[in-house]
Amino acid sequence: MIRDFTLNDVLYLVAAMRWTLALTAIAFIGGGIVGLSVALLRVSAMAPLRWIGTVYVHVVQGTPLLAWLFVFFFGLSIVGVEVSPWIAAAAAYSIYAGAFLGEIWRGCLQAIPKTQWEAGASLGLGIGAQLRCIIIPQAVRLGIPPTVGFLVQLIKNTSLAAVIGFVELTREGQLTTAVTFRPFTVYLTVAALYFALCFPLTQVSRRLERRLHVAR
Amino acid sequence: MNYTFQFRDVFAASDLLLDGLLLTLELSIVTMMSGLIIGISGAAARVYGPGWLRRPVAVYVEAIRNTPLIVQLFLIFFGLPSAGIKFDAATAAMLALSINLGAYSIEIIRAGLEAIPRSQIEAGQSLGLSGPQIFRYVIIFPALKLMYPALASQFVLLMLATSVVSQISAQDLFHMASIIQSRTFRDFEVYILVAAAYLVLALVFRLLFAALYQLVFARPKSSR
Repeated sequence: MIRDFTLNDVLYLVAAMRWTLALTAIAFIGGGIVGLSVALLRVSAMAPLRWIGTVYVHVVQGTPLLAWLFVFFFGLSIVGVEVSPWIAAAAAYSIYAGAFLGEIWRGCLQAIPKTQWEAGASLGLGIGAQLRCIIIPQAVRLGIPPTVGFLVQLIKNTSLAAVIGFVELTREGQLTTAVTFRPFTVYLTVAALYFALCFPLTQVSRRLERRLHVAR
Repeated sequence: MNYTFQFRDVFAASDLLLDGLLLTLELSIVTMMSGLIIGISGAAARVYGPGWLRRPVAVYVEAIRNTPLIVQLFLIFFGLPSAGIKFDAATAAMLALSINLGAYSIEIIRAGLEAIPRSQIEAGQSLGLSGPQIFRYVIIFPALKLMYPALASQFVLLMLATSVVSQISAQDLFHMASIIQSRTFRDFEVYILVAAAYLVLALVFRLLFAALYQLVFARPKSSR
């Protein structure tokens, strides 16, 4: 049955945004853990560890996110793991976000002058303490604007989870289109909702970046 | 895990994969060229254009950069026909990708343009260069050189993003993978193979972009 696109449908779309946000949060946490490890591998003093980090980043940044989603959604069942779209999406997005966050954070770690590490060492701090007390606190300041910028990418890319049947904003839009047959209005609304999520973050990222440049 | 990988059925459909690869390449290359054209003209309009032009360009850039590609694709392929504008899947894909990459390119090139010091343009004027000459030699060439790494990585990301057009059944590499998957049920094999194909493509594009940089921007100073 074809029905009209009403305010109720808009509200359903707005409600579906919570799954977009939930997926973004999971991806960000998972990606953050992976990303931190990647960043540390990439600045490691041991060459083989650096290579592992480099290969990881190149492989993930050289393959489409869609492929990761499909490999996890269809592929994990082979290993005998029951995969819900949630698990497949969480795994795929953590891997994807990890590579990009890892590269961003590596840049921030490397932007801290070498003398800061040496100063830490001369105070008798170990590598771990140097990182924790000296390098990371300074790197975080540099890292926040690009991280917020990547968050926007992440929100937008959660839309791809729709293709494995994960019901978030884009999938809800597809479902609404199927019953109302008003694709233009529905997808325009969906786009507007994404814009409402992303634009403020883009502005925040831009402002933070500007402030960073002024401060220096 | 007692699963034996069987690539035979997948390789048997290699003609499909090659067809898909061809469309993926075509989409990528056409989009990169149109994206660069939109990027240069849009960025020039944004920085040097008249006031009434700057605003719409800014709106375009923000609207595209803050919404997902897949929604833009759906809007063009499924939405526009209800307004009487119809495209086949490949054309809609090309259009959506170009519009998308155009916005990102404008933003990148704009940053390059803004990094050109005013004094440099004045130096060009005092040497008696004409407006178009200044734009070509003093503004756009150094700006593109400066932003080349950012542009190149954006272009590689775009090549990977073309996989999304499989969702409007444009017959690209990824779409062909879904077809083979539904025929052979060799999910893991086909997607791993396709992922590897994209990885090789990304590598090839990166190498090509590096070579292009050497060719265009890294010539010895005396020959220019």
